[in-house]
Amino acid sequence: MSQSLQSYLVVSSALFSIGIFGLLMRRNLVAILISLELVLNSASINFLAFNKFCMPNKVTGQVFVIFIIALAAAEVCIALSLILWLSRRKNSINIEDAKELKG
Amino acid sequence: MITEIVFLFIAGITLLGAVLAVSLKNVFYNALSLILCLFGVACLFIYLGAEFLAIMEVIIYIGAISIAIIFAIMLSRPMFQKYEKRDLIKIARSLFIAAFLFLGLLKTLHSTRWPAASLEGDYSLRAIGKALLTTSVLPFEAVSLVLLIAIIGALLISGSKERPSQ
Repeated sequence: MSQSLQSYLVVSSALFSIGIFGLLMRRNLVAILISLELVLNSASINFLAFNKFCMPNKVTGQVFVIFIIALAAAEVCIALSLILWLSRRKNSINIEDAKELKG
Repeated sequence: MITEIVFLFIAGITLLGAVLAVSLKNVFYNALSLILCLFGVACLFIYLGAEFLAIMEVIIYIGAISIAIIFAIMLSRPMFQKYEKRDLIKIARSLFIAAFLFLGLLKTLHSTRWPAASLEGDYSLRAIGKALLTTSVLPFEAVSLVLLIAIIGALLISGSKERPSQ
C-alpha cells in the first residue's frame, strides 16, 4: 500500500477536502489560515507522490515543494500581520467584521 | 508488512490531526492539532523518498509557521477566549461541498490510468541543489524576492502604530 500512487492520492485528497471544509465553515481568521495550510500541504503530498511514481527525473517535484513551502511562509507572514492589525483595531478576528473594503 | 502498518498509522495520524485542526472550537487547540497533522505529512514525505523535504517541513512548518500562528493567537488576547457560534446549516452546507469534492476526487483518481515510471532515481540533496541553480534558477530568484517583499510588508503592516485612523 505504501508502494502505490493511489493511496497517497487518497490521503492528499482527504486532506484537501478537510481543508476546504474548514475554509467554508470557520469564521475565525486564524482558523481559516490553518485550513489553508492543510490545503497547501495536500498539494505538496501530491507533487511528491507524482514525483516518485510518475516522473523519470526525481528532482522536479521536490523543487516544486520547496517553492510551495517558501510561498506558504510568505503568505502566513503577511496574513498574521494583517490579522494582528485587525485584532488591534477592531478587537475582533471574526471575518464578518472585516468588511470595510465591501468587496 | 511492518511498513504498511506504519504507513496506515501515519496516514491516520495526519487525517486525525487535520480533522481536529478544523473542528475544535478553541483556536489554540487548532494550532496544536495542525502541528500533529504537519508531523504526519513530514513522515509521509519520508515514505515518498524526500528526506530533505521532510526535515524542511519540520523546521519551517512546525518550527516557524505553527509557532508564528501560536504567537499571533497569544498576542491578540480576545482571540482564543471568544468562541464562535456554530451554525448547523452552515456546517451542513460546508460538509456537503467537502464530501462532494472528496468523492469526485476519489472517482477521478480511481478511473484514471497514471503513467508509471521506475521508482529508482537520484533523490539526493546534491541533485536538488543543482536543479535549483541551473534549470529552475529564475523561480528560485523570484521566490527569494517574494520572501523579501513579504517580510518588508509584514513589518510595514504590523509595525506602524501611528496609522491614519480613517
